[in-house]
Amino acid sequence: MEIKVLGPGCAKCKKTEKLVQEVIKENGVDANVEKVSDMMQIASYGVFGTPSVIVDGDVKCTGKVPKKDDIKGWLLK
Amino acid sequence: MESKTTHPVQDGGKINKMMALNLLMGAIGVYLWWTIYRVLPDLSKWLTYDLLPIKQGSHLGSSVEFFLYDTPKVMMLLFLVVFGVGILRSFFTPEKTRAFLSGKSEFAGNVFAALLGIVTPFCSCSAVPLFIGFVTAGVPLGVTFSFLIAAPMVNEIALGLLYGLLGWKVAAIYMGTGLFIAISAGWVIGRLKLENHIEDWVTQANAANLTMEEEKLTWNDRFVYGWDAVKEIIGRVWIYVILGIAVGAGIHGFVPEGVMASIMGKESWWSVPLSVVIGVPMYSNAAGVIPVVEALLGKGAALGSVLAFMMSVIALSLPEMVILRKVLKPKLIAVFVGVVASGILFVGYLFNMIL
Repeated sequence: MEIKVLGPGCAKCKKTEKLVQEVIKENGVDANVEKVSDMMQIASYGVFGTPSVIVDGDVKCTGKVPKKDDIKGWLLK
Repeated sequence: MESKTTHPVQDGGKINKMMALNLLMGAIGVYLWWTIYRVLPDLSKWLTYDLLPIKQGSHLGSSVEFFLYDTPKVMMLLFLVVFGVGILRSFFTPEKTRAFLSGKSEFAGNVFAALLGIVTPFCSCSAVPLFIGFVTAGVPLGVTFSFLIAAPMVNEIALGLLYGLLGWKVAAIYMGTGLFIAISAGWVIGRLKLENHIEDWVTQANAANLTMEEEKLTWNDRFVYGWDAVKEIIGRVWIYVILGIAVGAGIHGFVPEGVMASIMGKESWWSVPLSVVIGVPMYSNAAGVIPVVEALLGKGAALGSVLAFMMSVIALSLPEMVILRKVLKPKLIAVFVGVVASGILFVGYLFNMIL
């Protein structure tokens, strides 16, 4: 599973990445997490709120820190 | 989004029960809030002069009383305002705002953009993606700027603090003039036709047209949203509030009456531009700057100069310029700073004249 966390590096973005990592660890998900902080790359996904989470090319959430349960829902289908 | 299935529809009875429980808790909360809020003046006096060995009428006494009264008062007001605005914001998203603004004509667009800037949830670190998203979707450049100016300047923290410390009149003046600057500065930037001063990669950016299913929020979700906003915002700004109040308390107790009148008073013509020049390089948020402003006003600073100082600290900041430089060419940044600073100067002089 390819997970991308988009955000320039503000507190909310870091928190989002940490939550995603936690969910992966706790549930033993086989996933690759990439932090995207380059503005041009972020823009190319068409999102304009950060942090955003993208799972296998699907934009799952933008503009807010997701809840842990939400992340679980995306990763453990 | 499929994620919002925590309250499935078949659980209707359960939701109603939770809703009733929330309302009951809310009513008890409001009653407690009001009771505590009303005893704050007496409580701070009692703490300062009876519990602590401080003499009434001393410099230290007036500083400590200011601090012990303002800190809980500001925190309680922030709590209420942030919760309320949080619930209001759950009705808006940047996506909806963009869709609404993309078809608007210039002047009406500026007005709506400034108003939506207050209520659309938006973090300053996403200014660049938001800018790109707006411009590539056909929102005019000037209208985009109205949004970007209003969003940080007129915010719930500023309004809550101004209301609590300086009264509803100053809060209303700040909101009105902040909107005026956002609308007029955006309109001027739009008239100047500076679209070719956006960095080329932005206009060439082939931004994917994202369509996300709209979330269906229940009232329960909205309360959770408001509560999250309280935890997030107060968790972030409480230290600034306390530092700001401590500085304000120092000024309140130890700076002699009227000393600010000569520096930030209305008689000296240069007090407004000086306030802006000092304010721009300072980077603080509303929470830190407003308690200081309260103390300055108490020592004879004029409201216009103080408004100008506050607005330039909050609305024009160097870190923001650095971020915006990624999408704007230097000339457009210079125009942006120049136009906003002129608007702030105008507001400062206006209030020094009429008040």
